[in-house]
Amino acid sequence: MASRPERVAPPEIFYDDTEARKYTSSSRIIDIQASLSERALELLALPEDGVPKLLLDIGCGSGLSGETLSEEGHHWIGLDISPSMLNIAVEREVEGDLLLSDMGQGLGLRPGIIDGAISISAVQWLCNADRSSHNPRLRLKAFFTSLYRCLANGAKAVFQVYPENDDQRELILSAAMQAGFAGGIVVDFPHSSKKRKEFIVLACGQQSMGASLSKGKTEDEMGLSDGREDQTQVRFSDRHRPLKKQRKNDKSGKGKGKDWILRKKEQMRRRGNDVPLDTKYTGRKRKGRF
Amino acid sequence: MRLLTHNMLSSNIRGVVNGFPLKIEAVKVVEKSVDMNTDFLKNMFEKIEWKAFVEASVSMGYTELPEEADSSMLDSDEFLSRFHHALLELHLEEGVLVCPETGRRFPVSKGIPNMLLHEDEV
Repeated sequence: MASRPERVAPPEIFYDDTEARKYTSSSRIIDIQASLSERALELLALPEDGVPKLLLDIGCGSGLSGETLSEEGHHWIGLDISPSMLNIAVEREVEGDLLLSDMGQGLGLRPGIIDGAISISAVQWLCNADRSSHNPRLRLKAFFTSLYRCLANGAKAVFQVYPENDDQRELILSAAMQAGFAGGIVVDFPHSSKKRKEFIVLACGQQSMGASLSKGKTEDEMGLSDGREDQTQVRFSDRHRPLKKQRKNDKSGKGKGKDWILRKKEQMRRRGNDVPLDTKYTGRKRKGRF
Repeated sequence: MRLLTHNMLSSNIRGVVNGFPLKIEAVKVVEKSVDMNTDFLKNMFEKIEWKAFVEASVSMGYTELPEEADSSMLDSDEFLSRFHHALLELHLEEGVLVCPETGRRFPVSKGIPNMLLHEDEV
């Protein structure tokens, strides 16, 4: 599996002119970004009153996600830290306004003016310290507090993210909660390692009490995305993945311990099999090859 | 960058109390026409800081906006089309945005303002 971009270089360096062009000309990436943006917009659950909204596209890159917003008739402001990616967006003549800025420095927008925010594959970059002066926690805090401030009453934010591990998930979510957001994670196709996608859905504090969290899509069902279901609980990330990793580690680690052996022998006895007695030699470490 | 976005932008430098509005020094302004949506305009009118908006549009070379505006003026087509023109059809391609408190200059190139702060400004 290819290494994560976040482990290779800071975003403004990783997404240089070559990478930016490669990224934007790959039809596979274009398709994925389009479907992620559509899903994020769906989860944003904007009122369907036909009035175009003012949205934020955080980490807009070359404008692939912004195009989905324009297609729905909304106006948007895109932020990105990579000049190369933004240049391609300009080439593609995207309809949104673009800002060259670092989300970890705060968004720099007036309070209460944004009707909704999306971010596709970008927020996890905040978890890395790309410079010695960077403190991920402080950057996440600056990002979420400035986001909370600029969102209008009742506005939501939906971030599609690729967290590296549970620590990153925790880092992002706790920073969001501290800024006053409430919400949770929606996971689409949790059991498929290729199709699995995570969306962090956030709403400003009070409004979201009693508001529901959409169900993630699975292989069998069509994703139900109507935000008016009666769930009041906050969903946490899919538990299956961490468990899978645990089991793998156990096998490759110390091997099956004495406890396991004793349990298995007891199980066999119960089934009526002939099992040697448990003695002090049971499960004893053997010396090398014997 | 359109005036829609400019009206939302504020200087983010550490220690700045009121970084809004950023003063515009326009070098190159381009006009691109776009369809008018009355609902959107009426919605946006509530959010726009009118004084800053008029000031900005003057620095971009458009002087047809009234100094003051209230929501009753939204019924007039004349007003709506001027509002629409200034809000969405004027693009600042090259120029500078200046922080009102510190005087720090944020360059605008190819329509993209560079709002990246230096390490000591964060």
